[in-house]
Order: sequence, then structure tokens, then C-alpha cells
Amino acid sequence: MSTLPRAPADGLHESASAPDFLTPATAPGSAGVVAPKDLRGVADLPTDERPVGAKQTAIYVYDMPVRAWHWVNALCIVVLAITGYLIANPPAAAPGEAFERSLMGNIRLIHFTAGQILAIALLARFVWMFFGNRYAHQLFCPPIWRRQWWAEVWFEAKWYAFLVRDPKKYIGHNPFAALMMFAFFVLPCVFMVLSGMALYSMGTGVDSWQHAAFGWMLTLFGNPMTLQTLHHLGMWVLVIFSILHIYAAIHEEMWSRQSMISTIVSGWRMFRDNAR
Amino acid sequence: MLARETFYDVIRRQGISRRSFAKFCTLTAASMGLGEAHAATIAHAMETKPRIPVLWLHGLECTCCSESFIRSAHPLVRDVVLSMISLDYNDTLMAAAGHQAEAILDEIREEYKGNYIAAVEGNPPLNEDGMYCISGGRPFVEKLKEVCGDAKAVISWGSCASWGCVQAARPNPTQATPVHKVITDKPVIKVPGCPPIAEVMTGVITYIVTFDRLPTLDAQGRPLMFYSQRVHDKCYRRPHFNAGQFAETFDDEGARKGYCLYKVGCRGPTTYNACSTVRWNEGVSFPIQSGHGCVGCSEDAFWDNGPFYDRLAKVGAFGIESNADRIGLAAAGVVTAGIAAHAALSAVKRMVHKPGVGAEDKNLASLDGEPK
Repeated sequence: MSTLPRAPADGLHESASAPDFLTPATAPGSAGVVAPKDLRGVADLPTDERPVGAKQTAIYVYDMPVRAWHWVNALCIVVLAITGYLIANPPAAAPGEAFERSLMGNIRLIHFTAGQILAIALLARFVWMFFGNRYAHQLFCPPIWRRQWWAEVWFEAKWYAFLVRDPKKYIGHNPFAALMMFAFFVLPCVFMVLSGMALYSMGTGVDSWQHAAFGWMLTLFGNPMTLQTLHHLGMWVLVIFSILHIYAAIHEEMWSRQSMISTIVSGWRMFRDNAR
Repeated sequence: MLARETFYDVIRRQGISRRSFAKFCTLTAASMGLGEAHAATIAHAMETKPRIPVLWLHGLECTCCSESFIRSAHPLVRDVVLSMISLDYNDTLMAAAGHQAEAILDEIREEYKGNYIAAVEGNPPLNEDGMYCISGGRPFVEKLKEVCGDAKAVISWGSCASWGCVQAARPNPTQATPVHKVITDKPVIKVPGCPPIAEVMTGVITYIVTFDRLPTLDAQGRPLMFYSQRVHDKCYRRPHFNAGQFAETFDDEGARKGYCLYKVGCRGPTTYNACSTVRWNEGVSFPIQSGHGCVGCSEDAFWDNGPFYDRLAKVGAFGIESNADRIGLAAAGVVTAGIAAHAALSAVKRMVHKPGVGAEDKNLASLDGEPK
């Protein structure tokens, strides 16, 4: 982790002085070394030789565990939404001896398995915020106590509402996205894990560890039936979030000033108008 | 004055033979799942312990709990009422009436302070100072607080006393309130159900009398021996659930074949009760066996989780009653339409305003989303 490139400490990536990590790693303690002529561009120059106005063009934002978690989580949500819908509205199995088929049993098994993978992955992702790079905790900790941050949320909201012409550039989540992510993904996801484990504990029994750990959820909302209804509504919240999330990613990729979709694949955030 | 007789004294006085008494003890031990050895424990308890006085109060209720109770087969309610407990007050069953009946309440409270059981059927409505339920000429809530105040423990019979039931369903105009929210300083044993199973009711009483302690309760105050598993867990139609064989309507082939009633709204998977094991009317049947799904009558707020014939409870939102799927699908549709419009507008904007042309540099310096 310590070898990962670091963004400037002041949180502004567009500062006049170039960040250290763009200094060639090959420079053996000398600030005067210049990259080979054919490779001479913008980012390979030592600080003091960089032309005025040069800007970094790519920053490593999503480290490998974050990207791996994102895709595992996405797959789990797809599987969970489909199997969850089928548990509430089960398809009919062929008639005949009940012991010969296990359609509902298999759907539920897949749901429970995917749910527990999602739960463990979410927990691991949470722990990673203490070990990952400086962007790793953005998902869980939107700085809602900062006035400046809310101003940025408002600015981004205006950009999405076509009220400003040019968007800003953000290395991590833009504040509006971070807020949406926290309110419509992190919180619902935590609720789905807690309620899902509580509903699962009804099957494992009142003397199981699942019931000891999550059974309180069964009574928090009055009765298990209500919790089941809320769990079902939670699925729709996550489905709608996914639709918005995918659209926002495409929208940002096409019309913002930084890369989005390729970033969650490679980890690198590109700022396409920096080099001009 | 009520004599402090032991159970055995009473039983023998009624002409029941020693042999019949032994049979009763064995049957009771078996019905509670205690095994042979405990028949002797029960017999010993009955021979040595004085009968526990029980004051049975009726608040806002329909008497279905009493109706169920008097049909108990193992043990017979006759044995419970006449031998095991001293049912000193039950305004539906007792012979005394009026002031004579009400006087018994005070008498027991003084004589057996802290040593009697208050069994409550129904609940007190708290709105208008309790005026929606008058018992013995005064608000029931006052009587309840008085009688429960000196009791050893309180039994909440049925869903009314345990959760509130139909009179507490939305919008609950009388503010009917379950017993445990009014009586907060005594152990309250909830025996929910609308009504509870007769054998569960007598089983709870027999346990308390026999072992002189309250049964182990779950987090919500229900005896674990009867409420630790769902109707679903012991349902004889469960194999059809796992297989995916469901009755789609009440008159289709699946219903005739006895398939799972999940899709016609069975609440068994979310209902903790002993129906599928103890069953009803001397173990003759229970709702699912009769071809009707469980309505979840022993769960909190089951009236508000209708309709009874749909797996997804209705969700009241924006003045419309709908279910989670219809709401979710409608919201997803609206969001998708909004996205299409937004995408179209974004494309138009891009055509009108090419990026990089005259972009203001003042917008370039930005937060990375997380100032540190």
C-alpha cells in the first residue's frame, strides 16, 4: 500500500506545483534528471523543469481489493435480486414426488450463499478503509459535517440539472455521488445484510448464533412479516440504485472530465482535458 | 375464606383415585416433553404444594382465549381449574357475580400478596383515561394495575394481551395497549395467538405450578417450549415448499394434492407458534391441514400485515395501498424514464456546448471529494 501513488496532501490535484509521485521513480535522488528525449512529455519531468501549466493526467484511485470487491458485490446483488424476487414469487416445480425436486430449496440456497458472500465482502470492504489508500474510506465516511463539502454537493447537483456549463474534476467520488452512494447503497446494503441474516436465523433456529447476533432485527420492526416486507422493498431500493449508478457511470464517462468505467476496471482515473 | 389445600387434597376430595392421579401426572409430563422420570416430580409437587390462586381478568377481548382454554385435552381443563390451580376469579366462568365477585379480588390480593398469578385476557385501552373498557364500574386499566401490582407474575393470554390484536390495529382509536406496556415491573409471560392453543395455555400453567418457576422465555417474553419454532418449521407440507410445489389458488390441482399454501398467503414462515406440532381440538387438525394458510395470528400486528391471501403485505404509501413489488416496479420505471430524458438532454447540451472550448479555469481547482 505504501508503494501506491499518493495524491497531494492538500486534497487539490490541480495545484501549480506538481505532485511528487509524478517525479520519475528512476530518478536516483537527483532533481535534475531529465527523461529521455523521445519520452519527454509532461509528466516525466522533474518538478523544476516542468512547464508551467502542466497537469497530471492519471491517478491510481481504486486499488485492487476495492475493484475486486466492487465486482463481487455487483455480481452478488444481481444474483440476490433475481433469487430474492423468485423467493417471494416462486416458480412452480413439476408435480410428482416432493423429495425428487428442490427448486425452491435451490433458489433459497443460492440466495443465502450470495447473501453471505455479500455480507463478508462488505465487512472486508469496511475493514479495507483502514488499510487502503486515501480514497478507500470515502464510501463509508462522507464528510457531512463540512460546509465546503455540502457546497460541492450542491454544485454537482446543479451540474446534473444542467444549471452549470462545466463540471469540476474529482479524484475520488464527486461529493454528490458520495452522498448518493452512502444514502442509497451503503445504508440499504447494511440494512439488507442485517435483515437478511435475521430472516435467515428464523430457519437456523432460536438457539443458533445467527439468531443471537441478528434476531433482534425480527422484533425491531414489530414482527418478522414486516421485516420481510422491508427486506423486499430494500431489494427495489438497490435495484433502482443500480440503474442510477450504471447511468451515472456512463454519463460521467461520456460527459464529465474524468474517466469512470475504465477506472473501476483498471483503478486509474484519467483527466482527459489536463494535457491540453 | 379459601383454604390452603394442596392439589392432591383437592383431587382426592373430588373422588379421583390414586391411579387416575398417577395417570394424569404421566400424561402431563409427556405432553410437556419432560419424560417419564418427571411424572414423579409432578406427583410430588401436586402432593406438597398449595394451589396457586389465579385471578383471570378480562379487558378488551372477545373471550376466544377462554373458549380455547376450556377445550384443553392434555391436561383436561377440568383438572387445571379444579385441581391444579385455584381459579378464584374469572368473571366469565365464576358463579359469583357483582360485589361478591369483585370482593374476591381484594381478598386474594391481601391473603396471597406476591404469591398469585394474574392472567389477563384482552388489553386495556388507554385513550380517554381508559373509558373504552369499563369493568366492575371503573376503567379496566385501574383494575389491571391493582391486581397485577401484587401478583407474582402476569400471564398475557392471547394476542390482545400480548400485542394488542385487532383492537390495536391501525388506527387504534381506543389506544388499546398490550399488558406488558402497562405493567412494567412484573414478569409478563406472553402466550400469543388468536386464540392461543388450549394445550399451550394449560401447559404454561402446569409448568408454573409444577416447577414453581416461570418457563424460559424468548426475547419477546414468549415461552420457548411452545414459541421457539415457526409453524413453517414443523409444517407437514414443508417438503412441497422445498420442492417448489405450490397451490396457486384454493381450488386448483395443487390445492387438491395438498401442496404448500405459500403462494396463497400462508404466514407460516414468519409465525412462531406450536400449531403444526400441538395442533388444535385434541390434535385433530390445524389451519394448514384444513387447506387454509396460516394467518400469523400469534405475531405482533398481524391484522396490519394483510391481505391474508398474499405473500407480500400491503404497503400504504402516498394514500395508495399497494405492495412492495408494484411500488418497486413503478419507481424503477419512473427512474428509467427520468434517466432517458436526462441522457437526451445531456447529449443535446454536449452538441450545443463542446467541451474544452472556453472552459473556465476557476472551476478546475476542486476538492477530491474528501478534504483531509
